[in-house]
Amino acid sequence: MNEYHISTPFTHETAQTLCAGDYVYLSGTIYTARDAAHKRMQEALLRGEELPFSIKNNVIYYMGPSPARAGRPIGSAGPTTASRMDKYTPELLDLGMTGMIGKGKRSEAVRDAMIRNGAVYFAAVGGAGALLSKSIISSEVIAYEDLGTEAVRRLTIRDFPVIVVMDSKGNNLYETAAEAYRKEYR
Amino acid sequence: MRNIRTADVTAAVKEMCIEANHFLSPDMKEAIEQASEKEVSQLGRQILGQLKENMALAGAEQIPICQDTGMAVVFLEIGQEVHFEGGSLEAAVNEGIRQGYTEGYLRKSVVSDPLIRENTKDNTPGVIHYSIVDGDRVTITVAPKGFGSENMSRVFMLKPADGAEGVKNAILTAVRDAGPNACPPIIVGVGIGGTFEKCALLAKKALTRPAGSHSDIPYVREMETELLNTINGFGIGPAGLGGSTTALAVNILTYPTHIAGLPVGVNICCHVNRHAVRVL
Repeated sequence: MNEYHISTPFTHETAQTLCAGDYVYLSGTIYTARDAAHKRMQEALLRGEELPFSIKNNVIYYMGPSPARAGRPIGSAGPTTASRMDKYTPELLDLGMTGMIGKGKRSEAVRDAMIRNGAVYFAAVGGAGALLSKSIISSEVIAYEDLGTEAVRRLTIRDFPVIVVMDSKGNNLYETAAEAYRKEYR
Repeated sequence: MRNIRTADVTAAVKEMCIEANHFLSPDMKEAIEQASEKEVSQLGRQILGQLKENMALAGAEQIPICQDTGMAVVFLEIGQEVHFEGGSLEAAVNEGIRQGYTEGYLRKSVVSDPLIRENTKDNTPGVIHYSIVDGDRVTITVAPKGFGSENMSRVFMLKPADGAEGVKNAILTAVRDAGPNACPPIIVGVGIGGTFEKCALLAKKALTRPAGSHSDIPYVREMETELLNTINGFGIGPAGLGGSTTALAVNILTYPTHIAGLPVGVNICCHVNRHAVRVL
């Protein structure tokens, strides 16, 4: 298992160096968006408007945090199921998004768009929101504040632990890892 | 007749919402502990280690175990000798949820209408199940339910001829389809029998039975053990990244059913299987 430290945002060239199974610590800036924010971003694009942040070379974290207690940047902050964003994702990949952080399977359309553009999908450990919050240094709502937890946030992260699940070559750790540990099914 | 003030119900529900989101029950902690010793994958052991670290941090620093602090499912077992005073019981439960989620820094994840989707901003209403039982006590169970795993749950209306094999296949199908999405290691709550809604409710209730406990019915106990072994042979593993720990428990409840039917509900819960119980 290879370990890397990578800065965000990153380019397609960087994304293409990563392989399914790599353990990566991300540091830098990322953006949060989940169901409702994706819907609004798609509607903005349809109207010919700008997205609330430049998607080029950026990473979206599928996450809606719990509220921060006083003196803390954020509350619990683990990944949500990525497949609910599949409908919106290929368009964002075609616009230059280079990475996504979430959990769970993706559609064939997302896999194709990742290969076409050279992007990477990371898993963070689902249900470890308290631990993951410790790698988030700051959080600022930058759009759709009325959506509450679903607002778009700019996060500053340091050594945020993720695992490459799907790489730009079409490899998928969810498929290969389960196969490696599978026992005969009766 | 025993009088219980609805304000006491509010206070209990509020505290249980906060408690359940920061502390797992001892059986769940033990199940995760045991799994981390037995897991064959190195990455799997590392992930289970992170889950243990996460639990310790959640309690020590008052950060919810998971950011999805759930929709509040509340079971109320009300003794038939009880009389509530001080206003609406349902309003009292929802007030407890409102206070718990607001004052406890828990996430507000509930929308008022399934299609219009406006956040209610206080996580109400909860989903409340009432049952009338003997006695003069009220047992309240608060089980905040996350939707990563809820979305992977299923109801199967099987035929009587499908039998035990059909039931097992249905359960295994639900678990296999859930794969990494439901945040494994999971708890599999199963309801067999009853009607369409009864089997789903039994499956939900089964999730509140301690991990590691078994049914009193011999064939059900055997089925629980066999299914857990089979599921852990799927290889899905912690976080779906491969390994021998896909489920921590399979809990099955049964109920009489109709001559024409064999309903099976499978309610999947992630490793953050939260529930707090209190008796008033």
